[in-house]
Amino acid sequence: MGTGMFDYAPAPESRAIVDIAPSYGLFIGGEMVDPTDGTRFKTVNPATEEVLSEVVAAGPQDVDRAVAAARAAYDGTWSRLPGRERGKYLYRLARLVQERSRELAVLESIDNGKPIRESRDVDVPLVAAHFFYYAGWADKLGYAGFGPDPRPLGVAGQVIPWNFPLLMLAWKIAPALATGNTVVLKPAETTPLTALAFADICRQADLPPGVVNIVTGAGDTGRALVEHPGVDKVAFTGSTDVGRQIARSVAGTRKKLTLELGGKAANIVFDDAPLDQAVEGIVNGIFFNQGHVCCAGSRLLAQESIADELLDRLKRRLGTLRLGDPLDKNTDIGAINSPEQLERIRELSAVGEQEGAERWSPACDLPDRGYWFPPTLFTGVTQAHRIAREEIFGPVLSVLTFRTPAEALEKANNTPYGLSAGVWTDKGSRILWMAQRLRAGVVWANTFNRFDPTSPFGGYKESGFGREGGRHGLEGYLDV
Amino acid sequence: MSDRSERLAVRKTYKLYVGGAFPRSESGRTYEVRAADGRFLANAALASRKDARDAVVAARKAFGGWSSATAYNRGQVLYRVAEVLEGRRAQFVAETADAEGVTAGKAERQVDAAIDRWVWYAGWSDKVHQVHGSSNPVAGPYFDFSVPEPTGVVAIVAPAESLLGLVSVVAPAIVTGNTCVVVAAEAAPLPAITLSEVLATSDLPGGVVNLLTGRAAEIAPWLASHMDVNAVDLAGVTDADLATELERSAADNLKRVVRPPLGEPDWAADPGLDRMLALLETKTVWHPVGI
Amino acid sequence: MTATAPIAGDLADVTASNATLRRFLHGLPGVDQVGVEARAAALATRSIKTTAKQFALDLAVRMVDLTTLEGQDTPGKVRALCAKGLRPDPTDPTCPQVAAICVYGDLVPVAVDALGDSGVHVAAVATAFPSGRAPLEVKLADVRAAVDAGADEIDMVIDRGAFLAGRYLDVYDEIVATRQACGDAHLKVILETGELATYDNVRRASWLAMLAGGDFVKTSTGKVSPAATLPVTLVMLEAVRDFRAHTGREVGVKAAGGIRSAKDAIRYLVVVNETCGDDWLSPDRFRFGASSLLNDLLMQRQKMTTGRYSGPDYFTLD
Repeated sequence: MGTGMFDYAPAPESRAIVDIAPSYGLFIGGEMVDPTDGTRFKTVNPATEEVLSEVVAAGPQDVDRAVAAARAAYDGTWSRLPGRERGKYLYRLARLVQERSRELAVLESIDNGKPIRESRDVDVPLVAAHFFYYAGWADKLGYAGFGPDPRPLGVAGQVIPWNFPLLMLAWKIAPALATGNTVVLKPAETTPLTALAFADICRQADLPPGVVNIVTGAGDTGRALVEHPGVDKVAFTGSTDVGRQIARSVAGTRKKLTLELGGKAANIVFDDAPLDQAVEGIVNGIFFNQGHVCCAGSRLLAQESIADELLDRLKRRLGTLRLGDPLDKNTDIGAINSPEQLERIRELSAVGEQEGAERWSPACDLPDRGYWFPPTLFTGVTQAHRIAREEIFGPVLSVLTFRTPAEALEKANNTPYGLSAGVWTDKGSRILWMAQRLRAGVVWANTFNRFDPTSPFGGYKESGFGREGGRHGLEGYLDV
Repeated sequence: MSDRSERLAVRKTYKLYVGGAFPRSESGRTYEVRAADGRFLANAALASRKDARDAVVAARKAFGGWSSATAYNRGQVLYRVAEVLEGRRAQFVAETADAEGVTAGKAERQVDAAIDRWVWYAGWSDKVHQVHGSSNPVAGPYFDFSVPEPTGVVAIVAPAESLLGLVSVVAPAIVTGNTCVVVAAEAAPLPAITLSEVLATSDLPGGVVNLLTGRAAEIAPWLASHMDVNAVDLAGVTDADLATELERSAADNLKRVVRPPLGEPDWAADPGLDRMLALLETKTVWHPVGI
Repeated sequence: MTATAPIAGDLADVTASNATLRRFLHGLPGVDQVGVEARAAALATRSIKTTAKQFALDLAVRMVDLTTLEGQDTPGKVRALCAKGLRPDPTDPTCPQVAAICVYGDLVPVAVDALGDSGVHVAAVATAFPSGRAPLEVKLADVRAAVDAGADEIDMVIDRGAFLAGRYLDVYDEIVATRQACGDAHLKVILETGELATYDNVRRASWLAMLAGGDFVKTSTGKVSPAATLPVTLVMLEAVRDFRAHTGREVGVKAAGGIRSAKDAIRYLVVVNETCGDDWLSPDRFRFGASSLLNDLLMQRQKMTTGRYSGPDYFTLD
């Protein structure tokens, strides 16, 4: 991370394009409204600790209003619209996202802490693509393999995390609307702003009031939403612990549930892997988005015969990562999203050291203000270490070794999680052999962290159930 | 003294659409196109076999790029076409009303249906594979999968319904990556040329759609016998003998043939997947699974 | 120097036979096409502004091998090019000189005369450039003639036919012989990456050229498309980096053909920077084989100092 002869000057993306209001209400029934029983709290830029705005922590009555608005819209308008027309609304939303893409990317980086290059080149384009993809299903549901005329469920209550705020919103809202449901969505407490901007996009699209409702808030708001009796479908992305609680709370109801939870993915590198690309895949796997990725490749399983060489290359590569201002176009690693998350990462890293793993980070200047953690790797890790089992959700890589494919497989599967896995080898048969046996919902071979609206994503075991993306992603929102 | 003389309209010239450009027929010929009420509308180009030959060359040239574009990209381009069509709605309503001799109201419904039909097909680009592809659980340690692929250059004889019918045969061909040479409805070719103007300004690469106006009986046999055409859609061939002759001719290089519809086709009905699937190949791949 | 897993125990044994050389080259890590192209594309998103851009533009000018390789070249053309290379921007004396002038062997005397002791090198293409299809004696005579006439650098072409047919040792022997014929002149080995087709081949050919003693590995003759690309150059930079880790010797990289804009050139420098670091950010270790690139570099330099967009009338065409 040190500067050499070719020192990249600051290349800041301008904030001027974004207009953040001093405070926001709730988006209910097509309008921004004041809370009934909600309180207000501040949202902060994690890179600078600057207060960005004041938003509402919706109370139970607010949630009730939102669900009622969604129900009214479902009964009165949305369920009566032919799929063809629903699709055209979604196309409008997709187009509006494309038109406002720069504004949304900047806003996302400011509120979340992720580098502008990622929000600009990955997050926002995928958001538009999700809306485009699902727009096209709205009038083709009879061809989707769920029977000639599959019906929606009604009102969906959706709770999303802070790591890809707008993208998680798209993953939830696009299929829900395409299949004919209406939604009440709660963005994460620390990242409400792009969801509120999306509310404005709904307004620009002339989306019928109440089809999309955005209620901001924290855990209590989320609980009120998923437990609301007027909700027919619950979709949650977040921690396994909260996922468990939600699964308990819908027991005995008729609510349909999908969950996308945590992971501790193994990124497996064999001795015949294309090494330089494997290094990129490892870096992308755990340091992309500061490691705040449920499917992050947080365990590197390196075949013992090439482990040293791989680590040398990896360490050298980590030395070129640039950590700093998320709005600088050359930043690779942005801020940790919140002080709570930073504390957790620090705590688990300390545990790693205590348990005897060897810790290494490239030399890194951390800014004075904001929440920062340098890319870190632990070598000499084994399955018995806590840092090999528990999800850290930060830029921390645990490195283990293996000798044979069977051993790699065993270690990869030896976890209650099962979201994703990576396999690096030049041998096609081995890719397929591993993929067949890995108990993970997504297997990336010779690549990592690739997402596409056509490609179903979701976990095995305690990483959740249900799939988002693709034809499979429709199922969670249909009465099938 | 006020000048009450009527303003003279600047009349449009209608040419062919080949390789992204608008050339006249190399034969220099034209034919009169009249409205249903007999009014003179325009002289449309009367395409020759050489125009057809050039169109096939253009379609073949465009195939590599169009078929290897991502499905997302093709979907975006087709959606853009729908946007531009919508923007030109009034023009199409007027041309369709003239071409088919229907009321403005009926023409509006046809144009709306055509735009919606185009949007419907745009949404298929990245879904056909999921509906028509598969992984196949063969009885052995192999990973086996089947994927649809576009067949290549498709020759299409467009039906009489000048806009909705046209859209219903062109969109399903190109959404999956085929390129095409279209013979427009002989009596009502003008909406087809205006549609070409839309295609030309909508990011659709030149050569993906090539449009010839003229006599199907003259042009279609040259396309049906062309050895570099992979499929032929006879939607607009109403003469049963001609249809048979074309199908026989197509057999020389075993083109895929879509026969004309039986009876009066209802282009407004749900098209289903047939037209897309008829112009797709299926590739099945085997790969062993082992360490 | 970091410890690396032994790719081959003793590199001298590697060239004992075609079979051992083949095993060595095919034992190098493979290159995933999609991965390497994605890495190059990501590096191309770096935003290089203000002081960084000024640094990069000046460095890029200093790295240019200003080139003319046409059948219709004459002494007059070469003299004009030399004048341009010595003083690229007629309005700005602070503009640095280029690294070298690159010409066909028979025009070397003209260039030597025109460049004097300015420090701008004379590079000559040789070995039956661009195809390389001639008997070895003819190719070596081509080299000696250029060296005798005063060339500082020789850009040779490898025998791609032999390479693609798997006769690696033949390719190796020719490079060794050419290196000997160069004497004190530096040898750049043109791989013609467009004909090698795969990134795996580019990595293997790079190692082969370095094992044989090449001072530079060069992407292309510029006569075949595709010529230099960002991912191909990235693979070559990884190879030279790995070679130094293994042997301690630093080999340079020259990207030639198809690099027309300053923006392109800056992207290449970013790739050099983030793959090999400071040691390769010098004309001794990285070159651009180009002709029209120079004027675009000059135009961007002018914009940085004047703040206005410039036009072609303000730069010389030679």
